[in-house]
Amino acid sequence: MRVVTVCGMGFGTSLMLLMSIKDVGKKYGVDVEGEATDLGSYKGRPCDFIAASSEIAKQIQADVPVVAIENLLDKAAIEEKIKPFLNK
Amino acid sequence: MLLRKMLTENVVRLDVEGLSTPQEVIEYSGRLLADAGKTNEAYVKGMVDAYNTLGAYMVMAPGLAMPHARPDGNVKEPCISFVKLKEPVNFHHPCNDPVKIVFALGGVSDDGHIDILKSLSSLLAADHIIERLSVIDTYEELMKLIEKEVKE
Repeated sequence: MRVVTVCGMGFGTSLMLLMSIKDVGKKYGVDVEGEATDLGSYKGRPCDFIAASSEIAKQIQADVPVVAIENLLDKAAIEEKIKPFLNK
Repeated sequence: MLLRKMLTENVVRLDVEGLSTPQEVIEYSGRLLADAGKTNEAYVKGMVDAYNTLGAYMVMAPGLAMPHARPDGNVKEPCISFVKLKEPVNFHHPCNDPVKIVFALGGVSDDGHIDILKSLSSLLAADHIIERLSVIDTYEELMKLIEKEVKE
């Protein structure tokens, strides 16, 4: 599974979100590859889905699904939203 | 323990009063880093500009903001500050307002601050952490809470 996380600068909330998603992957035994990027450079990066905080997600236009996370500390909600992409 | 080491007393402020806009809160939290000699003034301005151009996404969870900017050579060393507001401030976020707790962040390169983020994530993963940070009265209490909850 490959994910691109996005935030305004590409190293704050996007990095934290990437860590959380990798944790979810670990829990389910799925290897998660990914990178954190900013709003100016997420386009054209191959991935299964994009994840971002809800405020950033609404500014994203992509061909792949965009997962919007409202509370970046809510691991249960993140897990719930990521689960559909964990194809073992 | 990284987070405890970096949150020295001069970058921690509890029960801060008189701030009423997101810009004031961000500038205040950033100025702690600049006054401590860890960033320059341009970085503080960059943090406020980031809010003005990108919006309230830095309010990453209910009550919690993590303002930061691009390093652009304005950060001397990875750094973090902590501000607990006496009166919560509305950041115009659709679901995570109002903000009570602020961690301002400075990184020197795109991944130079990842250890701080990991340490901070570990703290923030603790149960009811925002409520618990909100009732802290002294610097010592903050250090104890970090010591208890940060797993490194």
